[in-house]
Amino acid sequence: MSDMASAQTAAQHAAGELGEDTVQVTGSVPSGGETPQQRDAAKTIYEKSKAGRRAFMVPATDVPDTPLDQLIPGALLRKDPAKLPEVAEPELVRHYTRISKRNFDLDSGFYPLGSCTMKHNPRLHERVAALPGNSRLHPLQSDSHAQGALELMYNLQHALGEIAGLPHVSLQPSAGSHGELAGVLLTKAYHEDRGDQRTKVLTPDTAHGTNPATVTMCGYEVVKVGTNPDGGVDLEDLRAKADDQVACLMLTNPNTLGLFDPNIEEIAKIVHDVGATLYYDGANLNAVMGKSRPGDMGFDIVHFNLHKSFTQPHGGGGPGAGPIAVSERIEPFITRPQVVMAESSNGDGPRFELDYDRPKSIGRLRGFQGNYGVFVRSYAYIRSLGAEGLKEASELAVLNANYLLARLKEAGVAEYLPVAFDRICMHEFVLSGAPMKKDLGIRTLDLAKRLLDHGYHPPTVYFPLLVEEALLVEPTETETKETLDAFADAVADILREAKADPTIAQSAPYSTPVRRLDEAAAAKNPVVRQPL
Amino acid sequence: MSSYTAATQQDIEEMLAAIGVSSIDDLFAEIPEGVRFDRALDLPAGKPEQEVFAELNALAAKNTSADDEVSFLGAGMYDHYIPALVDTLTSRAEFLTPYTPYQPEVSQGNLQVMFEYQTAISELTGLPVSNASVYEGPSAVGAAAYLAKLANGRKRHLVSRGVHPHSRETLETLAVGYGTTMEEIPLSGGITDLAALKEMLSDDVGAVILQQPNFLGSVEDLAALAAAAKEHGAVVIASCDPIPLGILEPPGALGVDVAVGEGQTLGNRLDYGGPSFGFFAASQEHIRRMPGRIAGETRDVDGRRGWVLTLQTREQHIRREKATSNICTAQALNALAGVVYLGWLGKQGLVELGELLARRTAYAREALTAIDGVTALHSQPVVREFAVELDAPVEAVIARCQEQGVNPGYALGRDYPEFSNGLLVAITERRDRAQIDRLAEVLGSAIAAERGAVEVAG
Repeated sequence: MSDMASAQTAAQHAAGELGEDTVQVTGSVPSGGETPQQRDAAKTIYEKSKAGRRAFMVPATDVPDTPLDQLIPGALLRKDPAKLPEVAEPELVRHYTRISKRNFDLDSGFYPLGSCTMKHNPRLHERVAALPGNSRLHPLQSDSHAQGALELMYNLQHALGEIAGLPHVSLQPSAGSHGELAGVLLTKAYHEDRGDQRTKVLTPDTAHGTNPATVTMCGYEVVKVGTNPDGGVDLEDLRAKADDQVACLMLTNPNTLGLFDPNIEEIAKIVHDVGATLYYDGANLNAVMGKSRPGDMGFDIVHFNLHKSFTQPHGGGGPGAGPIAVSERIEPFITRPQVVMAESSNGDGPRFELDYDRPKSIGRLRGFQGNYGVFVRSYAYIRSLGAEGLKEASELAVLNANYLLARLKEAGVAEYLPVAFDRICMHEFVLSGAPMKKDLGIRTLDLAKRLLDHGYHPPTVYFPLLVEEALLVEPTETETKETLDAFADAVADILREAKADPTIAQSAPYSTPVRRLDEAAAAKNPVVRQPL
Repeated sequence: MSSYTAATQQDIEEMLAAIGVSSIDDLFAEIPEGVRFDRALDLPAGKPEQEVFAELNALAAKNTSADDEVSFLGAGMYDHYIPALVDTLTSRAEFLTPYTPYQPEVSQGNLQVMFEYQTAISELTGLPVSNASVYEGPSAVGAAAYLAKLANGRKRHLVSRGVHPHSRETLETLAVGYGTTMEEIPLSGGITDLAALKEMLSDDVGAVILQQPNFLGSVEDLAALAAAAKEHGAVVIASCDPIPLGILEPPGALGVDVAVGEGQTLGNRLDYGGPSFGFFAASQEHIRRMPGRIAGETRDVDGRRGWVLTLQTREQHIRREKATSNICTAQALNALAGVVYLGWLGKQGLVELGELLARRTAYAREALTAIDGVTALHSQPVVREFAVELDAPVEAVIARCQEQGVNPGYALGRDYPEFSNGLLVAITERRDRAQIDRLAEVLGSAIAAERGAVEVAG
């Protein structure tokens, strides 16, 4: 029970420490030790169900009331209804409103989750996406009755192509991982079209996990490339592994360490010299919009995470979209349909069409035209910012990251949380908690959990794998200097506290709706649905 | 121009000083000169919110939405009514703006929604394990085929011609990567040809992929098809429309191993095709082969009930090249709309909705096939959609109907050359008897006019 005792002390401590900027976690922790949210035991909607309650009223049957088994053979009909909840509207609204408050969200607080670009989501975007002409447009509406949607998609294709420096864009992939799948399949189609069967794809050891996972799904062998002491691709290792069996190198630049690889031109040359393609994981594009273009760096295929650089509400993990831009040599294979513009002959102005006639296309990766609602939001963003605004967004994202890094290099922090690669970073940076673990006895996980008590969402932890006890911090351009200062102060406070008593952080958090959860037990005996 | 940023000139100067550089350009010095972008992007200048609104409003107004005509379009996405509370709840910042629940202590709302959603999908499909959703319908079918490949490693996958054309094309695209081959099981009389399936089956078939109801609206006899596939040890995959599952026997009770499908009909907007969500449920034996996020129940250190992302050792961020899928996010917000919608319909409501659709669809099928020049494309049982053949060029007939404010449905010819004048007609609870009668009237006139036009031209 010593854990509980120290938890108690720490909870009191936390209550006193909550900063001005804290929104999510407010008020003092009561003497009983539990916050109101913690006392509010979790009940599911199924546990609030009572036979006979309802919200939905079915429209009257205005056609012959034929018994169902005369329409559909009884053997095909359901015997027992699905056990959906039985609740009235007030309970339904209250239930989901209450549990929503058990989430931390970007609107309420700082969310420096590295590699995820948690920038502000402008509310204009929700309004334009909800316009009936967008939200109530059926995906199989004829092209002539969907000209506004097709024009928007065409314009977005152009804008993304310009930002990437690659002329041909497919909006179809639904997420970054889906864009990667498209990219590796395009690579395969490209090589096979030349009668060239290749077997391997290179990924740096710093890569996002989606890169190697995608490679396997596409039937290639993953070959890892090392990282040099400056945090970039190890050129010697790359030269040694680049051969005529290599189909592609998948690279993120700036990479997952937040560093721009200054050898990118040489990397591109090595890859192209063996006939392979160069794939750009666009997760980190927010650093370089209008500053440097993947196409100019030598990349053949780029995916965009519209939910990152081009701001979508992250929705608790989706939806997003992962369009791709490709070079001329990849273009014949791009997914179909494509949105194309046809100049009219009678002077009516341009017409936009879905082009299915693409004989070398790899085909489809999903239904319909892609996540159009996401396109509307990102297009609104690009129209709001324009060329200058996009460039400024990247500049300020990089400025904010470097400023926060400078603040975290101050005495009291740097000796426990040194930056993994001491260079100017781009839009994010990686700290290592190894000295903190050794000298203070708290791990990166403990620091992350203690940040929750301070009202912050922690940075990404334990990624990239290359850095021991990694902490990947991405503040984004939409945060104020004051927020960055307060966050840096909170980190310093936690370290000072740990120096005095490491058990406080080790048992954190205290003020959240639940405290540390037993993940091992959840995985050992998975309970993935409510027993009914 | 706005970049939604707050840095003042003074902030910038103070920050640069703290960093120890003299200009923002210094921060980009690592970018080699050869790849520095030294001109402005060729994009229009940014503009104020009200002007962006005006531009996008004008673009949206060029589209003919389901509010602008009486629409019988379906073929995978359907014009169901979305209750207001779905909008209210999905636009709450607490659901709208967080990311994947990496920190479960501050993501319990999101994780509980996933758990409740998984329960609802499990109930609908009759299968014990559901993930927290995947991208959308056809890609979910593709993901299911990969599960089959992981399960048995067999190379031949058989897919019914009754499966949505977009799903079949997605399967073809992915098969190149999976190293599998796709063969099509033909249709007979509007349903999957059981005899043909039996002939195609052998012990090298890894998966049999079906759809319920199929693309032509027919309710398939999944039990018979699944039993045939099981004799050869194939994984049986069914792509299902969740609304008809309110009245149809669930796939899990009929021998289906993996049930997937498009979730748009559950409280999600048409949105010209997305975003929506795909659902993915499977039998217990496949739990560790599932793609995507899964929420599981557990306890915190004080014994409080809570939820976490579980079975993460399947996933790309842990397993990398050995992961069961590259998928890293769900469609959490869309799945939230789904579970709220199902809660709104409730246990009885889903059944009543299904019954209403079946009766109105039967009425519409009768009304349309009574028209001179319209015949039923098949006579199989249907729930919410049916196919007819016109004795006139279907695209021209659709155009004539649209001029009268009625969109009669989807022309089958593009995907099914054998039904070159086929029309697929979808019914939802928003299409009442009067609208169905109007469809019959407009369609009849359009066909008559088109035949007249052909005669005149002839």
